[in-house]
Amino acid sequence: MLTKRIIPCLDVKDGRTVKGVRFEGLRDAGDPVALAARYAQEGADELVFLDITATNQKRTTLLHLVRDVARELDIPFTVGGGIGTVADVEALLLSGADKVSINSAALHRPELIDELARRFGSQCIVVAADARYTAEAGWQVYTRAGTHNTERDAVAWCREAAERGAGELLLTSMSNDGTKDGFALDITGAVARAVSIPVVASGGAGSMAHFTQVFQQAQAHAGLAASIFHFGEIGIRELKEHLQAEGIPMRL
Amino acid sequence: MKIAVIDYKGGNVQSVLFALERLGVQATLTADPEVIRRADKILFPGEGEAASAMRELRAQGLDQVLPTLTQPFLGICLGMQLLGTHSEENDTSMLGILPFEVKRFAAAAEFKVPHMGWNTLQQLRSPLFAGLREQDFVYFVHSYYAPVGEYTIAEAAYPMPFSAAVQHHNFYAVQFHTEKSGPVGTRILDNFLKL
Repeated sequence: MLTKRIIPCLDVKDGRTVKGVRFEGLRDAGDPVALAARYAQEGADELVFLDITATNQKRTTLLHLVRDVARELDIPFTVGGGIGTVADVEALLLSGADKVSINSAALHRPELIDELARRFGSQCIVVAADARYTAEAGWQVYTRAGTHNTERDAVAWCREAAERGAGELLLTSMSNDGTKDGFALDITGAVARAVSIPVVASGGAGSMAHFTQVFQQAQAHAGLAASIFHFGEIGIRELKEHLQAEGIPMRL
Repeated sequence: MKIAVIDYKGGNVQSVLFALERLGVQATLTADPEVIRRADKILFPGEGEAASAMRELRAQGLDQVLPTLTQPFLGICLGMQLLGTHSEENDTSMLGILPFEVKRFAAAAEFKVPHMGWNTLQQLRSPLFAGLREQDFVYFVHSYYAPVGEYTIAEAAYPMPFSAAVQHHNFYAVQFHTEKSGPVGTRILDNFLKL
């Protein structure tokens, strides 16, 4: 039986993980490779690396990191953050990334999704969408790290991305991100019902019950979180055992 | 032992090379028919789309070379599908080393396509799976599948059973990513190297 997936997300800047990470037994908690290996060992089903480097050296450092991670890691990982061209994606895949996620560039020029899917296959093209809720406009998609409102309806955009050839959607609710009040069940469920590709839910995870909800009530295929894993608030293995006991298929 | 990994611009070969490296094996990435013929073991990874992969194989003459190989051969993911006769993916004629026809999963509410993630193996029947147990997990990413047939050596279900692995003589192939399937995948690769 296909299991639901638990995905820790690592923010990377200049080749190092940022945001606090507390892990016993890691000599250097900023080393993305050591952290990735630790998560893999604890039972993470996949990893996501989000590169937030803004310098000109971005491309080179990121490719080095991807190579180092791929050399160590025997589970799949996705790389995202400022990826805008076919050449960017090709370089990342050749370095060993399993999937590449695109966000602002896809909204800026949606044909990019078609081009990437044709060239590399849908299986490695993830479209990341950052959505925010307002009472007036409902759920709309934002770009440039959440600073720019595209005024596009989130469900409509996700449907278009899937039709253009995305193999997976990474849906982050900016309205929930960082709150630890739980995933955005309504928009996650609406997107999961609207598309025929897997949906990764992100933003708001604060407890094990939140994962149960997003899998059982919103039909997400995977749950992504950062800080609760980095700070050891929830262990990946205990989370997966809990979800399994709740009747959600897990790889244990 | 000389290990050749076939290079036909078929996707994530780097992960396969790294997985072999973790097993202490140095492999050669090559499209040279002579190097391939002389290898002790051959890996044939693949990702992406069937028609363009076949075009690339034909351009390099590998469509003629691969069916004549006699040493242990392991196709991975698209590298498994290409061993069949035909794929529904862009109506593609393929290598025809195994008699299966590749079909597309029908998407349904709970069964999204691609079939992406960790799924269990059943009906294991090959030395390739020595040391594994029924229901062990491996990682799949694919939209097309080979039906179950007499060539099937492992099954998975989504929701209907399909071929997770196939074999014909020296040609072994797996639909999942051995190089991304944690310790279970590593064991399968190691088993292949020992065939």
